[in-house]
Order: sequence, then C-alpha cells, then structure tokens
Amino acid sequence: MDLTRLTLSEIQAGYRAKSFSPSDILRALEARIRTVEPTIQAFLSRDFEAALRRAEEADVSLPLGGIPIGIKDVINVYGDPCTCASKILQGYIAPYDATVIALLKTAGAIPFGRLNMDEFAMGSSTENSAYQITRNPWDISRIPGGSSGGSAAAVAACEVPAALGSDTGGSIRQPAALCGCVGLKPSYGRVSRYGLVAFASSLDQIGTFARSTRDCALLLNIIAGSDPMDSTSLDQSKEDFTAQLGRDLKGVRMGIPKEYFVEGMDVRVKATIEAAIQQCAEHGAELVEISLPHTEYAVSVYYIIATAEASANLARFDGIRYGYRADQPKDLSDLYLRTREDGFGNEVKRRVILGTYVLSSGYYDAYYLRAQKVRTLIRRDFSAAFENVDVIVCPTSPDLAFPIGERTDDPLKMYLADIFTIAANLAGICGISVPCGFALEGDHKLPVGLQFLGKSLDEARLLGIADAYERVSGWSKEHAPI
Amino acid sequence: MSSPDLDVRHIARLARIALREEEVSTFQGQLSRVLEHIEHLKKLDVSAVEPTAHTYPVFNVTRDDLPKASLTRDSVLSLAPRAANNLVVVPKVVE
Repeated sequence: MDLTRLTLSEIQAGYRAKSFSPSDILRALEARIRTVEPTIQAFLSRDFEAALRRAEEADVSLPLGGIPIGIKDVINVYGDPCTCASKILQGYIAPYDATVIALLKTAGAIPFGRLNMDEFAMGSSTENSAYQITRNPWDISRIPGGSSGGSAAAVAACEVPAALGSDTGGSIRQPAALCGCVGLKPSYGRVSRYGLVAFASSLDQIGTFARSTRDCALLLNIIAGSDPMDSTSLDQSKEDFTAQLGRDLKGVRMGIPKEYFVEGMDVRVKATIEAAIQQCAEHGAELVEISLPHTEYAVSVYYIIATAEASANLARFDGIRYGYRADQPKDLSDLYLRTREDGFGNEVKRRVILGTYVLSSGYYDAYYLRAQKVRTLIRRDFSAAFENVDVIVCPTSPDLAFPIGERTDDPLKMYLADIFTIAANLAGICGISVPCGFALEGDHKLPVGLQFLGKSLDEARLLGIADAYERVSGWSKEHAPI
Repeated sequence: MSSPDLDVRHIARLARIALREEEVSTFQGQLSRVLEHIEHLKKLDVSAVEPTAHTYPVFNVTRDDLPKASLTRDSVLSLAPRAANNLVVVPKVVE
C-alpha cells in the first residue's frame, strides 16, 4: 500500500484499525516530498521533525487525530514562517495561531509545511511568488493555477493528503481544477479569517483541498464556526457537513448558466464539461437552463473591489512593526517608499496602485461605488437562479493549465482566467471544484474541473451533490504521473 | 492607448510605493488596458441600485469590553526590523 496516495478518510480508518500509525504516514510523506519536491516546489518551508513529534503523540481517537494538513503560506501557524510568498514578510515568524489552525490542532490534526502561492494571493498561476515557481504535477512545464497553487500541487503530487488555502476570486477552485483535486470555497462568513493575512476583506474565505469531497466535508466540520475574533463570521456556521454524503443525483435540479458556455473557452474543456453534465443527467439530475445576465461584468467589478480593499489592507506593510525595512532611510517617507518598492513584487504593486486610483478623490463614485452597485446585480442574479435550482453546474476554469511564462506580461489576460470563479465571491455563495476528466495536450493528460455552486450556507447540500457526482464519475481516483 | 486620467507616478506616491522609470511606463500601459476593459460597467444603469459592501447582512457586532491576554511585548518586538529599550525604532518624524 502506498501511504501517500490515501485520502484523509482512508488514513483515519487505517489509524483506527492500527494498520499504520501517524508516524508511518509522516515518514512516508517526507520520503515522497524529498523525491518530488525538487521538481514540484510546492513547499516554501516545512519542519518535518516538529511534525513527527506531534505525530508520535497524536491521539487518533480525535476527529482529525494524526492527520497532516499542508497550510497555504497566508495563514498564521504559531512558530512557523508566514511570508505570503512576499519578500516584505521574509523572516516573519507567526506569533499566534489563526483560528482555523487552533481548531485543527484541537481536532488532533498536524499543520505540516508552508505552501507556495502568488504573492499576497494575487494571481492565477503561482508565478507571482517571490521565492519559487511551483509546477503542475500533471505536466511540469505548466503552472498549477493560483493563487493557492502550492496547496493544489502538494495534494495532487501526494505530498500531503489535504491542505488549506484561501479563495478571494477562485484561488482554491481554479488550482484544484488545474491540478485534478477537489477544492472547496465555503460561503462568506462560514469560516473565521482571524489569522489569515487579509487581501480583500469582503471576498476572502478560507477553504480546503483534498482528494475527495468527503475529505473536504470532514475538514469543514472542524474549521467552520463563528469566532469572536472575526466579526464577519456567522452564528449559524456550525452543522454536520457530511449529512448529505452518500446521496444520489436523482431529482437534483442543476442550473446550467448559458453565460458560462461562451466563445473563447478551450474546446476540450467545453466538451469535457458537457460530457460531465450529461453524466449527471443520466444519473437522474434534472438539467435546467438558467441565465446569470450580469456575468460579463464580474471580472471588472472584482478588479475594482478587490484592488481597492487590497490597497487599504496592504497599507500595514510599511516597514515599521514587522517584516522588511529598507536600509538607511533618509526620513519616514523615504522608508515607506523604498520598503514597499523593494518588498512588493510587480503584481502587488499594480493592484495596490489600481486600488488606490479607484478610491482616490474624484474617482470613487465612478469606479468603487459603481462596482458595489453592479455587485448587487450579480448577487440578485444568483438569488433568482437559486429559487429554481438546487445547485449551479459550470466549468471551473475556461482553460487548461497553461505553460509557465505564457501570461506573465499580460495581466488582463491573466485576470480573465478567473471569469467562472469570481462571481461566487462577489455573491458570497459557496462553490466546489471536482475532477471531471482530462484533455490531451501532446503526451500529457491535463485535468479539467467541474464547478458546483450552492447558495449561501448551503454547503451540506453542495457537498452531497459533488460527492454523488464524484462517485458516479470516479475521476477523483486518478493520480498525477509524477 | 493610455488612459489620460491615470497618472501612475502620482498614484504610486499616494500608495507610498517608489517606482523606477521603466516600471512607470510598463504599469501605465498595463493598467490603462485594465481600465479600458472595465469601462463597460458604465453601460449599466445603476441609479436605483443599492451598493453591496458585504454579502451577508451582519451589522454592529460587538463584544464585552473586558481585558484579556494578548501577545507578549517580547514576541511583538522580536518581529520589528529595529527595536531598542522596549520600543520600535523609527526615523525621526519631528524636527
């Protein structure tokens, strides 16, 4: 048995049957990481010895006892680095646990390793990391998606059984699709963001990567819940998200948004998605054509709201209290200007500048306020759609994983890659990407992801439907060739 | 084509980011294209639409005003780029 290929649920079962121990799993993962990591480069850092000590003391009767979980480098874990893949936080050691980390530790899990990402979660390819390029385990000449590309690649390359990421405009679902794993973005307010370094506070949400929908449900059971440290977390956030696992697709009303099947999508992605939807129908789902008429505005609204919020959130990186500080500043202004010049990468600079512009005097109404109003129209589209369907089904990404370097000089083209994931963040609803087949590109099989979107706080049903699709399709059992 | 309204050099100063000359021109071109793309929002009539700041109606969340444990002074100061005498050291700001 290859211990690195097991799902979280299979690891739990193995612990309880005493087939293997948490230390066995940690050692197997470490050996795997040493083999593949020189190529994949998903980890920014990891402390194997510390994780092994926790594994030796693990109580496997706890809900996630002895389960190692990789952590995106944007979530604080006490005593570990937390750089957000930025030079401006080089050397920063987290002085506290994020709420999700405290909850995972209480449930017995072992946070293991810091996973690469686009700097401050800004990007769709993980190429904006200040430290390294992460490679897609299905084709190492291609990007893993982003911004949580390290999390997706580590799960897909069997370096960890599951990982945490963050999703502001698709940063969990898109890399999950491109790397062939399952990625869940919970509803806004479902999971506390305390200890998540903020990018766009009205959009950010912590979520999970795993090799099955069931595993995502098990993790959400632990990390969901209201938290006095995050006033946007909701009281009604705790429930059993495994409640609908094992159901079938009979009678499920699936909305197919016609705006999500437009020109410009990769034809192989389109064909794979259409076949997956047909398979749902063959297993009893009722397909309903729906319209989300403001879809074409989502990317524009997002790049106004997200950059505006980012320009405010990233003001804290000023070289005073933590992180990098420029050498020998002439005065305070020089310290700010040069610290941020040296500390931030190009994409972060671009977005902070754009966000500052759309909030600046004379432009606020034309850009930011207008974007917030169009955001209302996008929310209404989804509210109307969910009156008639249980779940919306569509592609996660219009593209397959693209070659490293292909889009780094064209930010607008990179932004448009998020076209199918962004609206869920603007509307605050939940979404999941599950593997639904492959497209051939030369000698390589490249994964395609099917996205299910559920209404706000309807994760239990969303997970039930995604799990039902996963079991009839079987694609989640495929492993990357690395 | 560049957007006449966007002065990258000025906005970058407002954002406290120094830019090199070549960055100014690169960003000017790239951000102008992004701004052209988002122009289509102006087609929509939103005069009667309320803005959405948050997707879930949660307002005025408060907690009891009680002291509780926080990070220790040493753990905070150990993260500062420069510290001395239990204080963060910064350039002189008052002449």
